[in-house]
Amino acid sequence: MKYTLFFKEALPEEYYLLGGKGASLASMSAADLPVPVGFCITTHAYADFLHGSALAEAIYEKVNGIDCANVAELDKISEEVRGLLLVSPLPSEMEQSIKASYHQLCTLAGATNDLPVAVRSSATAEDLPDASFAGQQDTYLWVVGEEEVIEHVRRCWASLYTSRAINYRRNQQIKEDEVLMSVVIQKMVNARTAGVAMTLNPTNGDRSKIVIDASWGLGEAVVSGEVTPDNFLVDKVMMEILASNIQNKHIEHVPDKINRRVLTREIVDERATQPSLSEEEVKIVCRMAKIIEKHYRCPQDIEWAIDADLPAGQNFTLLQSRPETVWSQKKAPAASSVKTGMEGILNTLMNPLASKK
Amino acid sequence: MPSQKFISPYDHKAPEGAEGWKELYPYYMVFQDNLKQNEEAKFFFCDSQHWPNVFKPFDAITVEFAVKCLSQYNTRQWLIPPANGIDFKIHNGYCYMSPVGVAPELIGDRVPQFLERAGYYFMNWNDLLQNWHKKVKGVIDEMEAVKFETLPEVIDMEWVKGGVGLDPTYYLIQNYDKMIDLCYKTWMYHFEFLNLGYAAYLDFFGFCKETFPGIPDLSIAKMVQGVEVDLFRPDEELRKLAKLALELGVDEVVANQELTAALEVLKATENGQKWLDAWELAKYPWFNFTTGNGFYSTDKYWIEHLEIPFGYIQDYLKRLQKGEIIDRPTEAIAAERDRITEEYRDSIADEEGQAAFDAKIGLARVVFPYVENHNFYIEHWAMCVFWRKMRELSAVFVQAGFFSDINDMFYFRREEIHQLLFDYGRGWAMGVPSIGPDYIPTEVARRKKIIDALSTAAPKPAFNEPPALVTEPFTIMLWGITSESVQGWLQSGETTNHLKGMAASAGKVEGIARVINSPDELGLLEQDEILVTRVTAPSWAPVFGKIKATVTDIGGMMSHAAIVCREYALPAVTGTGSATTTIKTGDRIMVNGSTGEVIILEAA
Repeated sequence: MKYTLFFKEALPEEYYLLGGKGASLASMSAADLPVPVGFCITTHAYADFLHGSALAEAIYEKVNGIDCANVAELDKISEEVRGLLLVSPLPSEMEQSIKASYHQLCTLAGATNDLPVAVRSSATAEDLPDASFAGQQDTYLWVVGEEEVIEHVRRCWASLYTSRAINYRRNQQIKEDEVLMSVVIQKMVNARTAGVAMTLNPTNGDRSKIVIDASWGLGEAVVSGEVTPDNFLVDKVMMEILASNIQNKHIEHVPDKINRRVLTREIVDERATQPSLSEEEVKIVCRMAKIIEKHYRCPQDIEWAIDADLPAGQNFTLLQSRPETVWSQKKAPAASSVKTGMEGILNTLMNPLASKK
Repeated sequence: MPSQKFISPYDHKAPEGAEGWKELYPYYMVFQDNLKQNEEAKFFFCDSQHWPNVFKPFDAITVEFAVKCLSQYNTRQWLIPPANGIDFKIHNGYCYMSPVGVAPELIGDRVPQFLERAGYYFMNWNDLLQNWHKKVKGVIDEMEAVKFETLPEVIDMEWVKGGVGLDPTYYLIQNYDKMIDLCYKTWMYHFEFLNLGYAAYLDFFGFCKETFPGIPDLSIAKMVQGVEVDLFRPDEELRKLAKLALELGVDEVVANQELTAALEVLKATENGQKWLDAWELAKYPWFNFTTGNGFYSTDKYWIEHLEIPFGYIQDYLKRLQKGEIIDRPTEAIAAERDRITEEYRDSIADEEGQAAFDAKIGLARVVFPYVENHNFYIEHWAMCVFWRKMRELSAVFVQAGFFSDINDMFYFRREEIHQLLFDYGRGWAMGVPSIGPDYIPTEVARRKKIIDALSTAAPKPAFNEPPALVTEPFTIMLWGITSESVQGWLQSGETTNHLKGMAASAGKVEGIARVINSPDELGLLEQDEILVTRVTAPSWAPVFGKIKATVTDIGGMMSHAAIVCREYALPAVTGTGSATTTIKTGDRIMVNGSTGEVIILEAA
């Protein structure tokens, strides 16, 4: 079994090795959606890392013995376990395989051996419609060079053992040895603008709309809630912008290429109050969102970016998509209250539209 | 703080020179002084959507018949639970409407009656509609058969020997009465299906607005609108004739010669004759089509002004010669309609919701063809015949020296025509001159002055205090008037370069405005200009090939302008209220038919 799999080459029967996020990226790549190039370090790699030594037994013993009500104990053991994961040696075959894939990725992206990548965890239990705990695992941006990549892969693995994650699994009754992790290594997008698109209106569950949040720079500013993003309400069928709320976007996350990190900077010029997406770009995001929703056959919550380094027309990139979890699980309001035929018409005459609008 | 009340009609004075205008209209159609308190308690809005111009006295027949007939169905036939008819008045030459509600305590009792009566029509819609077509065609045929002729020197010998015992004045008066009756009938038929049709459409409309909050009105219209529509047939015929000219190789003649000259040249060749045969065939009934809206005696109909359709054919032909495609993309329109419908339907998460959607759009699509097509049969075809016959009668008066112009007759109220007819007949009978020729011309001149004076002022958008919430279904359905639009009228009046109307047909363009105040000015439109007008008529369709967008003062999503613009994929903003007075020809403007915005970018 492989330690790494490129999005494009993973076969559907191998998706289970990629975790939720990784499988989604692989399936979107297979559908020719504009996903930035990348690969996954498979769950198999994680399993081998754990079970190739005595690491697994040591970890499970520690974790299963925790009294989660005891916060101090939970924190202490969490830290010990994460320490173990960060220092234990990787099997050399695995290390070589990860490095080779990173170099291949550099070549694919037209870079020498220093392509900046995003390193994201992709747990098997994450991103399930009924267990949304997005954000519990870590994401590392602008990681450059093979050693750094490996270092951050370890950190992702370690993120499975934060106090919160352990506690969450305990509450959800997810067994420790059921949890595996894949890590996504993906070309970093130098986002001019990024954000989120939902293929329904989250305020009322209306699936004929697309709602977009967008702000300058990398999408983290939007996802974390650090800025009030520009907001667009679009009719999904007609592809018409019904409402745009342009906000004052006071900060942005941008790559600090020299120091190889992401920095947060204030937006002081007029850009702060200008739309971060043109009308045409809003429509491009919507067209893509519609294709993705069709691909998955259910409402989606999509992270996207406009790449500053690519020419217009090719600069839209799709970072991830997961099923929308709030409205999709709600029972729609009883439609039996909707009257049809003569009763419907009577109702319309008696309660005219003006009072409904 | 904007005022919350519109002016009272009792405070809204007529322009100078219009003194005595009230006598030009029936007593029940003007605000009477002793009813001030009653009338001021009602909210009236101006219906300039259907009647944008000052009425000549005779022309008021259209608003009288139309609105009375609309009313009879609500009040007496269907017993629409919350709504009776529409009260209407003429003030300073323009008409104002005031919907009549039903007292809350009486509404409940009307429900079972309504369900049975209207239910019967919905259940038997297609059969009843088929019969409607027969009835309307019958009325048109009856009107066509009526003849108005100058009285003969002596009574026909046949009549003498036949022992008729009557004279032609008897038939002259009878024919006039018959025409008025047939016109009345026409307007009853006009509303036989319309109110119910709109109600079913509005039911689907309301469902969409609730299920897909914020859905553009345009989407709903597109789902319901027909693909093959009789109202588009006249324009369709012109395209066919343009294509035929090219096929037959007579395009140079048709494209470049004046109508009469062209017809002469065409007669000479076999292919030319073939084209002429097709031209003749297209006329009936499709050239019974007006550049106006059928409500005015001055409306021009193609059949009487063949240079109008011929000019449009020439425009189409020139586009064809340039290699353009002029066919209506019916397949694309149908496919788009299916796509939109399916996608909205699919975005309903549950099956019951989808079933409700199916039921409502199903009914809306059954009734909607009537809503679209009745306009051709009544306003165009039947009214074409009616006005033509009235001019035929007027020509008799012209010959008898009563009028100098064929349009003079329309300066008299319809019941006054009786007096004129009798005066004409009695002079003829007695062998003395009628009084008319010595009395009427002065009276026509006096009345002309009044009408001209009234025409110098624009109507007010409304009178008196508006209701807190517009809930009357027909105000909303037929006039597209909502609480918001009334608020908009109250606040307008400040000078602005920013207009807001209905997003009637999607798309955004910038261009040079051309303000058109009457159909006769349509020829001034240049390629790629933006048409700005009070209200458009469907027969203007051929000019839509030339223009970039349309902006109107009046009209909703389902106004004729909106339907035709969508048909031609042109951006349109309707119901801006004041485009024609705010925008000047030559201004560079931006029209956003997706949001309903119009902005003057640069004044001429």
